Amino acid sequence: MNLIEVKNLRKDYATHKAVDDISFVIPRGSIFGLLGPNGAGKTTLLRMITGIFYPDHGQILFNNKPFDPERDIQSIGYMPEERGLYKKMKVGEQTLYLAQLKGMREKEAKEKIKYWFDKLDINTWYNKKVEELSKGMQQKVQFISTIIHNPSLLILDEPFSGLDPINANLIKQEIFDLSKSGTTIIFSTHRMEQVEEICDRIILVNKGKKILDGEVKQIRHDFKQHLFRIGVGTMPNFAQMATWHFSIIKQEDHAYTVKLSEGSTTNDILMHFIKHDIPITYFQEILPSINEVFINKVQEMEQPLN
Amino acid sequence: MNKILLIIKREFLTRVRKRSFLVVTLLIPVFFAGLLVIPILIATSGSEDKRIAVVDDSHLFLGRFPDSKGTYYKYLTNIKVDTFRYEQYGYSGLLYIPDLDIKRPSGITYYSSGQPGIGVESNITKHVNDIIEEKRLENAGIDREKLFAAKSDISIDFKSGADGKKGNSAVAYGVGYASGFIIYIILMFFGMAVMRGVMEEKVSRIAEVMISSVKPFQLMMGKIIGIAGVGLLQFLIWVVLILSLQLILPLFFSAETLHAATQGGGVMQSGGNAAAIDAIEKIRYVIGSVNWTLIISCFIFYFLGGYLFYSALFAAVGSLVNEDPTDAQSLTFPITLPIIIGLMIMISTVQNPDSQLAFWGSIIPFTSPMVMMARLPYGVPGTVPYWHLALSMVLLIVGFLGMTWMAGKIYRTGILMYGKKITWKEAIKWIGKKN
Repeated sequence: MNLIEVKNLRKDYATHKAVDDISFVIPRGSIFGLLGPNGAGKTTLLRMITGIFYPDHGQILFNNKPFDPERDIQSIGYMPEERGLYKKMKVGEQTLYLAQLKGMREKEAKEKIKYWFDKLDINTWYNKKVEELSKGMQQKVQFISTIIHNPSLLILDEPFSGLDPINANLIKQEIFDLSKSGTTIIFSTHRMEQVEEICDRIILVNKGKKILDGEVKQIRHDFKQHLFRIGVGTMPNFAQMATWHFSIIKQEDHAYTVKLSEGSTTNDILMHFIKHDIPITYFQEILPSINEVFINKVQEMEQPLN
Repeated sequence: MNKILLIIKREFLTRVRKRSFLVVTLLIPVFFAGLLVIPILIATSGSEDKRIAVVDDSHLFLGRFPDSKGTYYKYLTNIKVDTFRYEQYGYSGLLYIPDLDIKRPSGITYYSSGQPGIGVESNITKHVNDIIEEKRLENAGIDREKLFAAKSDISIDFKSGADGKKGNSAVAYGVGYASGFIIYIILMFFGMAVMRGVMEEKVSRIAEVMISSVKPFQLMMGKIIGIAGVGLLQFLIWVVLILSLQLILPLFFSAETLHAATQGGGVMQSGGNAAAIDAIEKIRYVIGSVNWTLIISCFIFYFLGGYLFYSALFAAVGSLVNEDPTDAQSLTFPITLPIIIGLMIMISTVQNPDSQLAFWGSIIPFTSPMVMMARLPYGVPGTVPYWHLALSMVLLIVGFLGMTWMAGKIYRTGILMYGKKITWKEAIKWIGKKN
């Protein structure tokens, strides 16, 4: 079941196509990564999904119904990359205000605020003005304001920027918890290592176009280059390593990175080592990181092969 | 609760709860009251108890100076004026009248250590002149009673307008000028407040968070209406303060002063507490000769209409400004210019409320809030026919709806536009753009 289906979405600016015919689906309850370099059209895409912009062309289905900003905006929590709070307002009042704007009743909102402020241990800030808080503290307040109304879709644009590792971890844990409880999360970033750790599925965009999308595991698998790492107990001599089953990419201390030749299997590699009586300590497939896939794909686009 | 109501509430409360709101709201009437009351107090302050010694060598004035409240005359004889130390005997001054040639009186002198005060000066002068005048009449054989009976003292009612309502152009001038000017200040002051509010939202980046919850138009209107509420509340407080001042004012002045002010104004033309009388009389006159219901209700209409007309534009400017606040100056210029032109037309209108300039100025929504307020005190439907007023009001409403629509278009694009310096030329293109 998909929470969101995006079909042939297009948005033009005066000078360029910000989003050019992009389609994808987001399964309910998944953590969906939206990746792309700066200026790829991520923010424009998100603004269309949050109802801030209307698409020039195409359709967005929310809960299998055409997206209606008036109604569906209540079920969305959006934390834009450019964070912002009213600086002169008190933390508690501000959160209450934003919660009420999402359609919550005052009483209900106050209970939720108390719950979250306790959970993230910021209860003592309730009556402090936002401008008195550090940047990281403001991020926490911002995060709470985004999720306070229990949205079914949570959109986080670079949620960890400006957070120290401890708080980043705290927020990460909250994201996982929310996901487990059924919240669908769109996670927009250009930090790839976070994507592999957090996301189930991703879409990769560049210059307004979709480059690829799918499950993270599947993508890494699809782009694998048949690389393996073998740990050895003793380093063999050079002659012992001559074979047509694989070629050595890299030699390290007590380890090799090898590329499997076409027509050979992983067992052929292992057999080779065993035959030469080289003790194997570990054997591991090297899958490309999303970062590598990303850079490859983007560079491919920059310099199309003729 | 409706979202726009929430926004209005926040905009209203954050401003009203500020300490500066209370200070400004209370200080402004105190300032104006000061302008009004201080001259009266100064003019009447000379009237603490005074004993004046009168040395009359002409024997014409003996017992002729009437004692009044705070001023007592004591007639001395056999005194050498040059050496008499009047201060030592508790006199505040000494009036010396030499033996007079009634046809050419000269040499009447008043000695005092300090400034005698306007009241004393004019009192003495008046009485001396009255007595000499009387003596001359007597010498010429003219009967006083007959002379007074022959004197003409007709006051002419200046009526204007079809219904012949009593009007007064000086009062109309004052009221017109004041209300036109107040509207000008309101447009500038509250317009800038709207602009700063929008800029704050944009610069602090809360705008995008907000419009993922509400429509940009709701956000803009919420702010505009919230700030209008602040202005109305302020206005209401002032009206209440002025009304209570009206009640308190008489307590500051003795009943006698007020009595003199209203009854004796004509007789004591150059004398007495001229300034005080003048001021108090003006206040009474103004209150009597102006249709306050009309003026106040029109004032509220033009205040709100003008404010709504311009504040949407100020909001649009706020949305165009980037990090650099100096951008705001060049961007606001096209908006402040018509307001200043309106002020100019208003100033010429209070002198000439029937002119073509005044007519057009009071019809076109860019200037009508100020100019129409300057014309209205001259009389409806006398100077301002009903259709002028109706047309002006309708155009202002239409204008404000149109302006808000256009500004809303600019605002919704501008509020999310960062980094780039935006010109009016670009912004105007956004008006035609669909969302």
